[in-house]
Amino acid sequence: METRKNIDLSAIRARLEAAQGQEYWRSLDQLAQTEEFAAMVQREFPEQAAELKDPVSRRNFLKLMSASLALGGLSGCTIQPSEKIVPQVRAPENVIPGKPQYFASAASLGGIGMGILVESHMGRPTKIEGNPEHPSGSRGSNALVQASILDLYDPDRSQTVKNAGRISAWSIFLADLTQRMSLHESDGGVGLRILTQTVTSPTLGHQLQALRARFPQAQWHQYEPVNRDNARAGAQMAFGAPVHAFYDLTKAKVILSLDADFTSSGAGNVRHARDFAAGRRVRNGSKASNRLYAVESSPTATGSIADHRLALGTAHIEALALKVAQGLGIDWKGPSVPVDFSAHDAWIAALVDDLKSNPGQSLVLAGDQQSPAVHALAHAINHALGNADTTVHYTEPLEVESVDQRESLSALVADMNAGKVESLFILGGNPVYDAPVDLDFASALDKVGYRVHLGLYDNETSELCHWHIPESHFLEAWSDTRAHDGLATIVQPLIRPLYKSKSAHDLLAVLTGQPGIPDLDIVRQYWESQGLDAIAWRRALHDGFVEGARPEAQSVELGTLQLPATTGSLPEEEDLEIHFRPDPMVWDGRFANNAWLQETPKPITKLTWDNAALVSPATAERLRLESEFLAELRFDGRAINAAVWVVPGQADGVVTMHLGYGQQRSGRVGRDTGFNAYALRPTAALWSGGGLQVNASYDGYRLACTQDHQTMEGRNFVRQASLDYYQSHPHFAHEGTHDPPDDLTLHNRTDHQYTGYAWGMVIDLGSCIGCNTCAMACQAENNIPVVGKDEVLNGREMSWVRVDRYYKGSRDNPEIVHQPVPCMQCENAPCELVCPVAATTHSDEGLNDMTYNRCVGTRYCANNCPYKVRRFNFLQYADRDTESLKLQRNPDVTTRSRGVMEKCTYCVQRINQARIEAKKAKRTIGDGEIVTACEQACPTESIIFGDINDPNSRVSALKASPLNYGILTELNTRPRTTYLASIKNPNPKIVEA
Amino acid sequence: MSEAAKTPYRPPVSELGPSQTSYTSITDKISGIVLTKNTPLAWFLCFALGFLLLHGFMIGVPYLLFEGVGIWGINNPIGWGWAIINFVWWIGIGHAGTLISAILLLFRQRWRTSINRAAEAMTIFAVLCAAQFPLFHTGRPWLACYWLLPYPNSMDIWPQFRSPLIWDVFAVSTYLTVSLVFWFVGLVPDLASLRDRAKNRIAQVIYGVLALGWRGSAIHWERYEMASLLLAGLSTPLVLSVHSVVSLDFAVGLIPGWHTTIFPPYFVAGAIYAGFAMVLTLMIPMRLIYGLDDFITERHLNNMAKVMLASGLIVGYGYFMEQLIAWYSASVYEGFMMKNRMQGPYGPYYWALILCNIVVPQLLWFRHFRTSMFWLFFISQFINIGMWLERFVIVVTSLHRDFMPSSWDMFHPTIWDIAIYAGTIGLFIVLFFLFVRGLPMISIHEIRNLLVSGDHK
Repeated sequence: METRKNIDLSAIRARLEAAQGQEYWRSLDQLAQTEEFAAMVQREFPEQAAELKDPVSRRNFLKLMSASLALGGLSGCTIQPSEKIVPQVRAPENVIPGKPQYFASAASLGGIGMGILVESHMGRPTKIEGNPEHPSGSRGSNALVQASILDLYDPDRSQTVKNAGRISAWSIFLADLTQRMSLHESDGGVGLRILTQTVTSPTLGHQLQALRARFPQAQWHQYEPVNRDNARAGAQMAFGAPVHAFYDLTKAKVILSLDADFTSSGAGNVRHARDFAAGRRVRNGSKASNRLYAVESSPTATGSIADHRLALGTAHIEALALKVAQGLGIDWKGPSVPVDFSAHDAWIAALVDDLKSNPGQSLVLAGDQQSPAVHALAHAINHALGNADTTVHYTEPLEVESVDQRESLSALVADMNAGKVESLFILGGNPVYDAPVDLDFASALDKVGYRVHLGLYDNETSELCHWHIPESHFLEAWSDTRAHDGLATIVQPLIRPLYKSKSAHDLLAVLTGQPGIPDLDIVRQYWESQGLDAIAWRRALHDGFVEGARPEAQSVELGTLQLPATTGSLPEEEDLEIHFRPDPMVWDGRFANNAWLQETPKPITKLTWDNAALVSPATAERLRLESEFLAELRFDGRAINAAVWVVPGQADGVVTMHLGYGQQRSGRVGRDTGFNAYALRPTAALWSGGGLQVNASYDGYRLACTQDHQTMEGRNFVRQASLDYYQSHPHFAHEGTHDPPDDLTLHNRTDHQYTGYAWGMVIDLGSCIGCNTCAMACQAENNIPVVGKDEVLNGREMSWVRVDRYYKGSRDNPEIVHQPVPCMQCENAPCELVCPVAATTHSDEGLNDMTYNRCVGTRYCANNCPYKVRRFNFLQYADRDTESLKLQRNPDVTTRSRGVMEKCTYCVQRINQARIEAKKAKRTIGDGEIVTACEQACPTESIIFGDINDPNSRVSALKASPLNYGILTELNTRPRTTYLASIKNPNPKIVEA
Repeated sequence: MSEAAKTPYRPPVSELGPSQTSYTSITDKISGIVLTKNTPLAWFLCFALGFLLLHGFMIGVPYLLFEGVGIWGINNPIGWGWAIINFVWWIGIGHAGTLISAILLLFRQRWRTSINRAAEAMTIFAVLCAAQFPLFHTGRPWLACYWLLPYPNSMDIWPQFRSPLIWDVFAVSTYLTVSLVFWFVGLVPDLASLRDRAKNRIAQVIYGVLALGWRGSAIHWERYEMASLLLAGLSTPLVLSVHSVVSLDFAVGLIPGWHTTIFPPYFVAGAIYAGFAMVLTLMIPMRLIYGLDDFITERHLNNMAKVMLASGLIVGYGYFMEQLIAWYSASVYEGFMMKNRMQGPYGPYYWALILCNIVVPQLLWFRHFRTSMFWLFFISQFINIGMWLERFVIVVTSLHRDFMPSSWDMFHPTIWDIAIYAGTIGLFIVLFFLFVRGLPMISIHEIRNLLVSGDHK
């Protein structure tokens, strides 16, 4: 029996006295905040959470919630402004009901903006696509950008100004603020501090300068939990200046990624993915392919497409970088080349040779989470290979003020603790939750006399601030940002703020003494001051960027590298290290309340709704860890419990925790999902640190993984070969398979002829990185509901296109392959003949149509679908009650009720749209005129849709390729969706070794 | 020709016990069960049990309609779960009644007379229980209840006649109709007997109305015999067709474990197997409660056990052929399916099925087990369970791991799966005991006929 710890009654009394207002407590244990209580909450919370996530009770909860909010006066008692209703005698220009409009804007993450085109239906933005004209964009996008539209309509977004947790108003805040600012005015703003996230916005920078002019003593700090400090420090180390490097993958033939997931996260990832994929597209006759070597500690999308992949821990990656640098004859000061790192010498030698033979056509990328030394070595290697100005380019820093964010925040906290900070304005972010844990930001914040938080959500930080101001979503406010190459990009809103929210520009306008000036004017005036006249402004809005507005290109001089002496010194064999990484879906936690992202499987682990402590199979065995059991992670004197997930391809001895989970106040979707890695993350080890202890436990914790089975069971779904093999065996994709001939049928083949259009799709597995953007785009386009963790655990996720991930080869260093599986639109569809009510039928263009309102839900079609792409509404999944979510939906696609089967339609609404246009113009639909949502969003352009009856269409050409194959064709289903076999380009020297 | 061949073979009236010697004794005994104020305690206990179980249905179905089929354990690869298993199970059970009343009638198996009434009632109730599932397992039963029927409508939409589910609708509804008519026609002379013997005015009126004015005239009997024979002729193909059609729900699908040509005969054999097990499950307690030893004799038990043994062996052959063809086809999917059945996560279900349906019933080779009420009841329970498991193995184990390994998943039944299944068992028990209490559970006139045609003549 465990002995109960004594409860400190005096502490409880003190706590109760300190509490303001009525505070409810569950037990003395809670008040005393004993470990037992924490453990009890831990044990209990899956059930509690399950109740809320169960769509049934969640709906009831929502109803109760909205009712109580209305009663509470939140929305029920607002006085509606008097408005005149005038019939629309003259319609606004270009607005045609039923026809969407597209506007260029930008979505930024970590200060780097990606050019987007936003689809707007009668004034409602409904979907985001990439802006092909933009340097950071392409036609494709990524999952985060696709999903960010949902944040706009999130019913849990902060909606009103709050003062000390109570509903207040902007005008009251302004009055209060004016008083406060007059205090600062007298002393030049000595105690005035601004904390922002990474600021690249020229306008915001300009405003901050103006603020400094008004309060010369005020200080501006920047902190973002996923920052690029290491890249900055690495550049500083290499070039003596914090230059910004950006990459051009079009010219790179040999690429080495040092833990850089460059195709799916970080600056310019969408552009990188497109260029990288274009460089390895082995289709019709093309024999050239780039070659990617990836070294990483936890498998990523980029690593999974690499031709050679090594799973190594931090120090090993440093050691590898040193060895590569040595091989290229680079000198440095500091550490010696590690002698105990020799397991991969042959690999490294082959890589070095490969790099050497591609000067100016090679590229080494270091991940943002790698140490400055690795960045510096990467710069040196690129320099030695003559890659500067071919595959890598340097500019001035993109930030308005480039700072080391870790230092910036530490300095702020030190000042807060020293009582030097009188007023603190936190513009965006959630530092109470995501600041390094050793800084104890919350208690430092307590020492600040006047605290204002501007944020999208009423989060942990707003709770501790005097004022919380709801922040406008980027689709609601004017701003600007910079692309990964520095090009200034206008952020254009698509809709007036849904709530009484303000942007950072609005707040800064107040601080600089210009309250009430609209954010459009702020941005516009700034650009006018930069010489942008009205015509150029309109052009910038139309294109989405300001032509030529780039920071100065820098020509850099590589000094002698002075690396820290510990670089590449390997840890003890038994030593465990922890890695903190941004989550592929919720990033640093800002998207935690985005249900689409929560439910989209993470690219490699296929987990939804949770993060987990990722460990390799060998390490799990050594530590006796098992998936779906909690383990205690003890690091740097702190401990959290997290569920374990065993990941083949993870580096041994490395435990990876993704950030962004375990929030307590993020909203109904994100609350209580996953485990808070920030609770372990100290300033000294923002990305990784050794000395981790892991203690296994017997407490289970169910993780909602969408793919239970990891191998292909010898079934030939993903076909792959090396470039060499392909050249000698061009038909390898069809070796040993049974493709029935076209005339194999009991029916008369002339009965069903596709004489008009015949839609088909080809998915190139050679360039698919498994990023799940297609699935996210499909969700946004087709109004696919979210079902919640419990229903995912029940196996009822609704995604119309799923990305299957299989492991190949050894358990410890497997190959990872991806296969997006939409509906195959079989010509002999097994689903059609079993439907008793003819709710799924064949169109004369070969589409396998689903008539929702005829479906009675026998699920026979889903059972009989060999590809298992049909999705059933077991319960009422579509949220029909939340008003704000209704605005998001695509008006061209029905929302489905419970009891109805649904599946991929090849975006039939887009087909019909194109058909109407073509008919009006009395012509046929051209190739490329119809772009399905998945095709449009795919950052690597791996999905091609078109008319297979048109001999000149891209899809016909690809279908004629020997690489083209269908899966399960032996069932004679004649799938219209086919795949291009994947061609890898391994280094023959490594293959032989 | 030998002497023996010329003289028709007349068996002794071994179908009846020694104390049933006259029309009166038979009529008294059987109608006495109904026309009495003394209901046995065992009846109340059984009825109460059934009524209790019925609540699972009465609570489960409204909740199902309110929330949707998501309250069950089914999911994306496993679109059909307990509902379809139960449907096939109940339909199979019904088959013994039709076999006894129709095929054995045509084959002049006179021993059938003492069990055919109860077996036919069992058929009807089992089909009623079965019919709940295809309707309520749909996502939108309020539409499924008429969209699956071919009715003329302004939309000019018809059901899809290629779907085996439509064939099911026809097969099951025909089956229910014919069984009900056959059963009722057989009841008419006995209802007249009850009308004549009832002392209570209400009972007289009810039985009188139901007896359709039966007076027992020769012309009545002649027409009655003709109708019975015709209906028997109609029912006979149904014994084979209904479960064949049900099996096509699976055989038409292309899922490994479903896509099998042996399914129709194998399902029919399984149905007879399950049906006889259920007849024994019902008749053995009835015999005890109502002292029907004279009507359900050792010979009846023995014969039914032999039918079970024979049909069980056909079922065993079916299992063997599935294995053989999975191997012979050399299809990776078929081979994996069989391996997964035996060694996968649901392996124990498969081995339990082999134990229940193949191993235990081998006891029936021995006369001792065929004539022992205890052992027969015991073995019948194994078969009842085994046949349910067989459908589980076919439906769930085939679906949970089919072609795409990425979509493989597990099925876990919920409380609502269990409640609704238990509810239909309750419905069945309640209906059966109401039948036992209100109608003659053994055909009076046919038993009397045995005396005429037997050696007591």
